[in-house]
Amino acid sequence: MSDILLIIFAISLLFMSIANRIFTYLNILIFQGFILFGVTFLALSEINTINLVLILLETIVFKAIAVPFFLKSIIKRNKITREAEPYLPNFVSLIVVTLIIVITIMMSSQINDTNLDKTIFVVSLSNLFTGLYLIVSRKKIITHVIAYLVIENGVFILSLAVGNEMPMLVNLGIMLDIFASVLILGIFLNKIGDVLKDPDVSQLRNLKD
Amino acid sequence: MAVIFLIATLFIGILLYFNKNTSVHYSFVVLYAVLLCIFGVYEYYHINEIEFQFFKPDSLSVIMLLALCIVSIPAFYHAYRYIVTRDETPRSRGLFFASLIVLIAAICMAYISNNLAVMWIFVEITTLSASALIYHHRNIRALEGVWKYVFICAISITFIYIGILFLSLAMKEAGIDALSFDELMNHAGKLDPFWLKLAFLFIFTGFTAKMGLVPMYTAGIDAKDKAPAPAGALLSSILMNMGFVGIYRVYAIISKTEIQQWASTVLIISAVLSIFVATVYMTHIKNIKRMFAYSSIEHMGIVLLGLAVGGIGIYAAILHIVLHTFVKPALFFQFNQVYRVYQSKSIYDVGHYFKYNKAGAIVILLGFISATAMPPSGLFISEFLVFQSLFEAHRFIILLVILILLTMIIWGFGSNIFKILFTPPMIIIKKQIPRISPWDSVSQYALLALAVYLAYIPPAMFVQLIQEAVKLIQ
Repeated sequence: MSDILLIIFAISLLFMSIANRIFTYLNILIFQGFILFGVTFLALSEINTINLVLILLETIVFKAIAVPFFLKSIIKRNKITREAEPYLPNFVSLIVVTLIIVITIMMSSQINDTNLDKTIFVVSLSNLFTGLYLIVSRKKIITHVIAYLVIENGVFILSLAVGNEMPMLVNLGIMLDIFASVLILGIFLNKIGDVLKDPDVSQLRNLKD
Repeated sequence: MAVIFLIATLFIGILLYFNKNTSVHYSFVVLYAVLLCIFGVYEYYHINEIEFQFFKPDSLSVIMLLALCIVSIPAFYHAYRYIVTRDETPRSRGLFFASLIVLIAAICMAYISNNLAVMWIFVEITTLSASALIYHHRNIRALEGVWKYVFICAISITFIYIGILFLSLAMKEAGIDALSFDELMNHAGKLDPFWLKLAFLFIFTGFTAKMGLVPMYTAGIDAKDKAPAPAGALLSSILMNMGFVGIYRVYAIISKTEIQQWASTVLIISAVLSIFVATVYMTHIKNIKRMFAYSSIEHMGIVLLGLAVGGIGIYAAILHIVLHTFVKPALFFQFNQVYRVYQSKSIYDVGHYFKYNKAGAIVILLGFISATAMPPSGLFISEFLVFQSLFEAHRFIILLVILILLTMIIWGFGSNIFKILFTPPMIIIKKQIPRISPWDSVSQYALLALAVYLAYIPPAMFVQLIQEAVKLIQ
């Protein structure tokens, strides 16, 4: 069951690579948040209940509800245009993301480690690299933030691989989430909206040598 | 003591932020400086004692902590001068000092923490407080600098976290259940090399954002450029040391395993690329503050090279980073006075600095000699030792490449510095130039002299601390 969820999670990355509108990205983020809820529930069977409830609440409240809706409100308030504005055509993005997934699968077949669930390894690493690819290939700051959240989701899945033995690490991952959401979203997107009318990276390109 | 220090920092920070009274602000900062020094000395006398389960000041952290205490006091003084000359509002002054002390405290804690996860938390806090310092001017350029810094540091922190996860996968197999450095060092042989390699790559990449190395050096340059000079001095000295401590501790674990050779190759590649990048920018840069920032990248490259090559190089690396901690802030502190004279960071607007501020001009000259490691400077000794270690390890090609690159850096650095000191500026309005008190340069002289003293007549306790820190590796 958990494998099926994770595979759906990886497929959502392919969908994200060809999405045109920012709202589609956000909907995929919400979807990923719900899948994470399910995966967490299935994977972390051995930790104590209070901690599990905390982690589940974090996935559902932070990842699936609060952050995407906050981003939506920012987009509406700052009147950001709906296009994602990629530098590359969608077809190329699709091929790149597919290649990322294939390469991580090939990488995982090199590992002979019985302790590790390979699906987790593949899905989390492909999430990480897809996020990095989205950051370099999209123009808007808000898409960069969304791509960062995709990286966070991937890292969260990886943390589930050791979650039963070291629940502290999953909690640290939650701290990272909250840190990123509060710092990047709370302070800066608001400020960027105040100072810049159209939060586009091309306006933040003056600091160079 | 660590916990008392943390609570006191939090308390003083909150009071600084909410209080608007001038004298209260300054007295709290003085109080904090005293507390910081007491903390540094206390940790020196309680070396290798575990406090509160997660903190254990070993010799490396004590060296860095003492260097931090020495640099922080002039940093507070120059921050005070900076605030006074610019007529800041009480609110922005409070926020500035509060984030300064939180930054310093977080760096202290990251030095002495004995657990990778705890260290990671404090690295996060440094990003938070440094971003408040960088955004001090609240204009669009500062916003750009802080946005890049926060975003790249957030990614780098995620990378460190991924590295910790891979490390814990390796630990799961080896049957270790705590992320403490001691435990990991003792059981290093049992860790699976594959996971260890992945963990090292990710943790190293993550820490390069703080230490200022290829691949993630970019954000730090903008940060040091946009932050007020006293904060920039701290960002380019003690914050970089924090990155070094992180890399050093992880490398110390790796050095006990079979993949040590591989890891040292990774470090050498990063070091040579860093020095190369620094050379490329140093030879044509026109912004004085960014030039100092790139010079720091060059020095970090040399430090990493010493660490990677081993032998006497590790000793030289620690010596070099400590001396760099004193030299680079001196230049940044002096930059504040340069800016007050010319009101510009561009090399085209400055010149004839000897005419306007003699004491400061001599600091710039001595700082240049120190930063380029010419013989009277202390960095000469450490750089020479790094080259010696390269020579002993038969890495002649790397040595040759580094020497050529460093010569080019001296040329680029020198042509800009001599432009500041001797060539007349293009346009200058003489009436508006304020008189700079020579007393503002005293701390810079002290720091530069300290760097020379520590290199040529090192006190026995200093040498002993470094030698103990070197023992962590091998």
